Amino acid sequence: MPKRKKEKIKAKKVDISQKVEPKKQLSISAIQEGTVIDHIPTDATFKVVEILQLQKHHGVVSIATNLESKSMGKKAIIKVGGKSLTESEVSKIAIVAPDATVNIIKNFAVKEKIKVTTPDVVDNVVKCSNPRCITNHEKIATRFYVMKKDPLKIKCHYCERSMGKNDLEII
Amino acid sequence: MDFKNRDIISISDFTKEELLHILKVVASFERKPDFNILKGKILASLFFEPSTRTRLSFNSAMEKSGGKVIGFSSASSSSVEKGESLWDTIKMIEQYADAIVIRHPLEGSARLAAEAAKIPVVNGGDGANQHPTQTLLDLYTIQKTKERLENLHIGFVGDLKYGRTVHSLVIALAHFNPTFYFIAPDELQMPESYLDFLFQKKVKYLKTSDVKRFSKELDVLYVTRIQKERFPDPIEYEKFKGIYRIDNEFLHYVKKDLKIMHPLPRIDEISKCIDKTEHAAYFQQAANGIPVRQVLLALIMGKLN
Repeated sequence: MPKRKKEKIKAKKVDISQKVEPKKQLSISAIQEGTVIDHIPTDATFKVVEILQLQKHHGVVSIATNLESKSMGKKAIIKVGGKSLTESEVSKIAIVAPDATVNIIKNFAVKEKIKVTTPDVVDNVVKCSNPRCITNHEKIATRFYVMKKDPLKIKCHYCERSMGKNDLEII
Repeated sequence: MDFKNRDIISISDFTKEELLHILKVVASFERKPDFNILKGKILASLFFEPSTRTRLSFNSAMEKSGGKVIGFSSASSSSVEKGESLWDTIKMIEQYADAIVIRHPLEGSARLAAEAAKIPVVNGGDGANQHPTQTLLDLYTIQKTKERLENLHIGFVGDLKYGRTVHSLVIALAHFNPTFYFIAPDELQMPESYLDFLFQKKVKYLKTSDVKRFSKELDVLYVTRIQKERFPDPIEYEKFKGIYRIDNEFLHYVKKDLKIMHPLPRIDEISKCIDKTEHAAYFQQAANGIPVRQVLLALIMGKLN
């Protein structure tokens, strides 16, 4: 009797592995009109959401993170229905996601693909992390100079302190 | 070189040639001073935080050159107390003067003042950031006492983390192929951003916590005070105060022509017995502040080239 029981269990196991096939395709719904931002580093996913103020967006927003990527290891993708990005939004994204690509979607197809480029000067996008910086006490626009693009290092025009990616707080 | 209307905000704004030009003009002005060079000119001296030496040094430089000074020596006597922004304060004061010198506790305040003003602005110290006129008088003192700026071995001891005079002087001296020795406990060592800068400029530097370790190599030792006011935690300050003391015993381990500098005020980091020796350059350094500031004011007000 015990022998027969063992065989039964074994047979069951084989059966399951044959039925379940790993699904390789990504299941985020396609958008008809809008923008797809691809190749976002996973730790910058919600920074991009913040930059684009997607919490206030009324159209469809799909966020997928920790996706496998050949070039990046892991990446995030954000799909925003019914929205095209302004030039300023694209350069803001470039600060937190220097390898991102912005795809403009028309009628479910990619109409244009833009590779973002980190600007040399970042105007009024991020807050200075130095609490003693004048920009945190007077109502003035911030300005940073990009010292290094990857990993990002920027220097405040006013207090001259350097900031890294982890210090970034979007205005 | 034309410095008329130029702001003096950060030592990083100056090229090597410009620094050398300023030092050359100071040397020639010292040989042949002009006590009326700023006659009819008014300097607005805006000190939003207390300072004795820098404020009096600017006042003295202006008056020794025949000019006049207006202004205030603490934020409580300015309209900032009433809630006025720095921008508005500057826009108002620029109507009354030919140049502004500003000291402010917030970093970047001098840069903002320069953007607001049509007249030239001199940074007299913005928090822990910059104090460029101090740097220029430090450079002038080194050049005068060592008769060169190139290829010197320079030690910095004390509070290298918060000491803005050290930060600015390191940037300026990086033009002259120096070797730096940063002498401080780990907690008060040079910030990484300055070490990165030196690495990029291919400047040689060594770090140690022992002031005697490289003392025989040094041409100049720049001593700084452990600044109580810059420590967020008073217990941390207690841990480090008085850790370095330059005294007669230390002189056994140095070159005969070592020059000891200090931006002053000192507490007990340099013993009084050093004052009488040939090594002491710190009072001469303070005195150099006058001709350096006279020349800078004359340059930006278009009275010298």
